[in-house]
Amino acid sequence: MDMKRDYYEDVQLCTSGVVVFWLVALLIGLAALPFLASSYTLYMVNFLAINVIVVIGLNILVGYAGQVSLGHAGFFAIGAYGTVILMSEAHLPFFAALVLAALIAAAFGFLLGLPALRLEGPYLAIATLGFGLTITQIIGRIELFGGRQGLHTPDLFIGPWHLESDRDFYFLLIPITVLLAIAARNLTKTKIGRALIAIRDAEIAAETLGVNIMGYKTLAFAISAFYAGIGGGLFAFVLRFIEPEIFTLLMSIMFLAMVVVGGLGSIMGSITGACLLGWLDLQLRNILEIPYVGTWLEALSQKWFSLTGVSNIQLIVFGTIMVLIMLFEPLGLFGFWIRAKKYWKTWPF
Amino acid sequence: MIDFIQMLINGVAVGSSYALLGLAMVIIYKTSEVPNFAQGEMALISTYVAYMLLEQYQFPSYMAFPLSLVFAVVLGCVLEFTVLRRAKDPSVLGMIIITIGLEMILMGLVSWKFGAEQKSMPFPISPYESVMFGDFFVSTLEILTLVVALCAMVVLFLFFRYSRLGMAMKATQQNPVAARIMGIRTRRILMATWGISSLVGASAGLLLSPVIMQPYMMWDPMLKGFAAAVMGGMTSLPGAVFGAYLLGIIENLFGGYISIEFKSVVAFVVIVLMLCIRPSGLFARHYVKKV
Repeated sequence: MDMKRDYYEDVQLCTSGVVVFWLVALLIGLAALPFLASSYTLYMVNFLAINVIVVIGLNILVGYAGQVSLGHAGFFAIGAYGTVILMSEAHLPFFAALVLAALIAAAFGFLLGLPALRLEGPYLAIATLGFGLTITQIIGRIELFGGRQGLHTPDLFIGPWHLESDRDFYFLLIPITVLLAIAARNLTKTKIGRALIAIRDAEIAAETLGVNIMGYKTLAFAISAFYAGIGGGLFAFVLRFIEPEIFTLLMSIMFLAMVVVGGLGSIMGSITGACLLGWLDLQLRNILEIPYVGTWLEALSQKWFSLTGVSNIQLIVFGTIMVLIMLFEPLGLFGFWIRAKKYWKTWPF
Repeated sequence: MIDFIQMLINGVAVGSSYALLGLAMVIIYKTSEVPNFAQGEMALISTYVAYMLLEQYQFPSYMAFPLSLVFAVVLGCVLEFTVLRRAKDPSVLGMIIITIGLEMILMGLVSWKFGAEQKSMPFPISPYESVMFGDFFVSTLEILTLVVALCAMVVLFLFFRYSRLGMAMKATQQNPVAARIMGIRTRRILMATWGISSLVGASAGLLLSPVIMQPYMMWDPMLKGFAAAVMGGMTSLPGAVFGAYLLGIIENLFGGYISIEFKSVVAFVVIVLMLCIRPSGLFARHYVKKV
């Protein structure tokens, strides 16, 4: 909606003073939070930060390059297991292990990107879905990875700093998340980002104009897998324990839902989508403790449904959100934001 | 050798239920190009309706099963009418998201209503009775599933080739605009498609229910059915059935000779490898996109 007049206007990180103000306000808020909030709140924020990392990566693939992936739990698992194994077996320091594991995930992403070159729509969906399911099955059968019993994460030392509490993890996670978000935002403004958007909008036209389809599509898969790998490595330490059952198909679906609810092709949208759905996920786990709604639901369950299955309301809520968003605003929360902005810009007229 | 043939037979038996779900997905994909991830859960809810009629309202089984199939048809039509029809300019990703959302809603409803524990379906045929053919065992339920799958394939094939409605469905798929000009009410056709597909899927659910009956029971068969449909090219009815039997047999042979642990995922590895070689499945003509 804002007209871009030259190239530098298009590539700059913050488009106006207002954006700079809110960005600084957000960063200050994030920096002040650990001194104000309780440990459980920080634990929640850590979870949301991990969701944000993975969802930003997935949005580069789905929103910018236009490829479907139902297998991101696989990359997430590779990152988590890779980091833990590299630290406990190969005795690498944390950051080296994290980056190396994410690179392994990226290599798998590249490999999955190769068949994806010729596939689209449902074919790509089933191929990525198969990848996600296979990875967790394989991890669950290998002794080194702890098999079905799972793995406990080793103690986390960065130099002399021993990370124990959720507050320590917060100080580790938030800078990484902010860095990765800014990196993704910058990436979409570069040649790579423009090439991915061109592939999404008109693949054949892009190819005719000299965009290397093979290179950029596999690159999109690799970058996306890298983000998921970083997220997975951090997730293992926040949870302190990993087992194959965590990385289910439902997890991949949730990541995809966060991307879509937040808004395809928008980094800010991904952040809001990941925070909103992640927060709902954590809140709805004990739905009966919510005041008023909880008691009403309890009465309803006793009358018509069953009390044992009440936690499944979570599924109903998520499903409804996904369907409604797709029906009424295919661009997600970001689409709402754009519409609201357009409406208020010329408001009295 | 006896083992080998027994495994083949088991593979065919397992493949039959994949085939029914694969057929159901192909029917929808053929007319509206929607990969329907809610297929399994549509069958699930119909199966639970049959269970409720039998257990709670004491219907005799010759009424409960047909009633649940009728329910399946109505459910398919209602979902198409209320949800899918309302989507504005849908992309493939959008359709995938909508059907996954529907799937979560239906699954949530079923597990909220009935709880997550295993139920025992009072099915007229026990899954543990079997028939001997020479040295080989086949359970009567498996024979029934096989017969239903083959009948469904033949009937659907004839339906699409010779009936007016089937022809209209094919026309809608090939060129919606031209079909409308010729007086076909394409939206009503789509609704009918969802009803028929839901019916086929629900029969698979009912046939699986004596063995396993819990809210997660349709996940695996639905994904395998989808994989089979993709293998057959997503638009070909015989292709989906062939793919389903192939997957069932590969799965059982792999489980018997190589590794029982990886049995449940080998289908997906096969699918990925097959898609590398033939990106649009075994039976579909490769569709070349025009600019």
